[in-house]
Amino acid sequence: MDDLIIAGEKFSSRLIMGTGGAPSLEVLDQALAASGTELTTVAMRRLDPGARGSVLDVLRERDIKVLPNTAGCFTAGEAVLTARLAREALGTNWLKLEVIADERTLLPDPIETFDAAERLVADGFVVLPYIGDDPALARRLEQAGCAAVMPLGAPIGSGLGIRNPHNIELIVEAATVPVILDAGIGTASDAALAMELGCDAVLLATAVTRAQRPDLMAAAMKGAVAAGRLARQAGRIPRRRYAEASSPMSP
Amino acid sequence: MVRAGKISGNFMIISINGAAHEVADGMTVAQAVRTLTAATTGVAVALNDEVVTRGAWETTALSDRDRVEVLTAVQGG
Repeated sequence: MDDLIIAGEKFSSRLIMGTGGAPSLEVLDQALAASGTELTTVAMRRLDPGARGSVLDVLRERDIKVLPNTAGCFTAGEAVLTARLAREALGTNWLKLEVIADERTLLPDPIETFDAAERLVADGFVVLPYIGDDPALARRLEQAGCAAVMPLGAPIGSGLGIRNPHNIELIVEAATVPVILDAGIGTASDAALAMELGCDAVLLATAVTRAQRPDLMAAAMKGAVAAGRLARQAGRIPRRRYAEASSPMSP
Repeated sequence: MVRAGKISGNFMIISINGAAHEVADGMTVAQAVRTLTAATTGVAVALNDEVVTRGAWETTALSDRDRVEVLTAVQGG
């Protein structure tokens, strides 16, 4: 089988889902089911005594592994504390490390991210850092012991697709840990492109949860990731400037 | 200001998830958590930015001006 393997753990789905943006837990549940995902992110926030239902129940019912993130953290210190709280609350040492530079762009802060990654790896976490499409930083994070690298295609929630496919290819070429395209996916062709570029998996949320029909878009993403993976493995034909006849003109 | 737990004798001011509470001296982390939820799983506590593990909630007493954060997983990312 063509499994995705992260830190020794196997996943048959290469689509990792986020849970942000869904209008209700019911809609989220249907979308997660349609996506076929086996690994899904959650955020850590102050407990709201009035909240009804829990995203954790949805994931447990679907037997989906929970991947806590550090969304909302602006410094390495905040991210390390949030990671430790997530480990305590959820009983997992897996972590999507996300340290944001500013509210407007939500772009990841490379300095704080690297600092937090080193501290969390030393503390026994399986760290999956969300980063810009920076091959040098990806390499440094892998050397620091991260279990995967998660470069963005475009800013979170922007739906702009993969703005710098060349950099994603460079990251893929150099990496020996899984490369997970995270953020920026707008529609199915973006997810297929990520896989064709050689990414090992795609993480997306908004493109599904804010689609007019989240369950349909989730199914589309599932198909796109699978198709893109197959195309990558098949090996595409080279691009040519001019036509090349598929049948010879003379025998 | 919210009064939580029995007030007898001395009391202190603590913060639970950003809200000030006047509570009895000797209140534990476990009691502070119970002001928000009866749940003991899926929840984690930081006391002044340090994690208090589940096993230590009952035995960790709070002090005046302590900041208790009670977190859980929500939709996000």
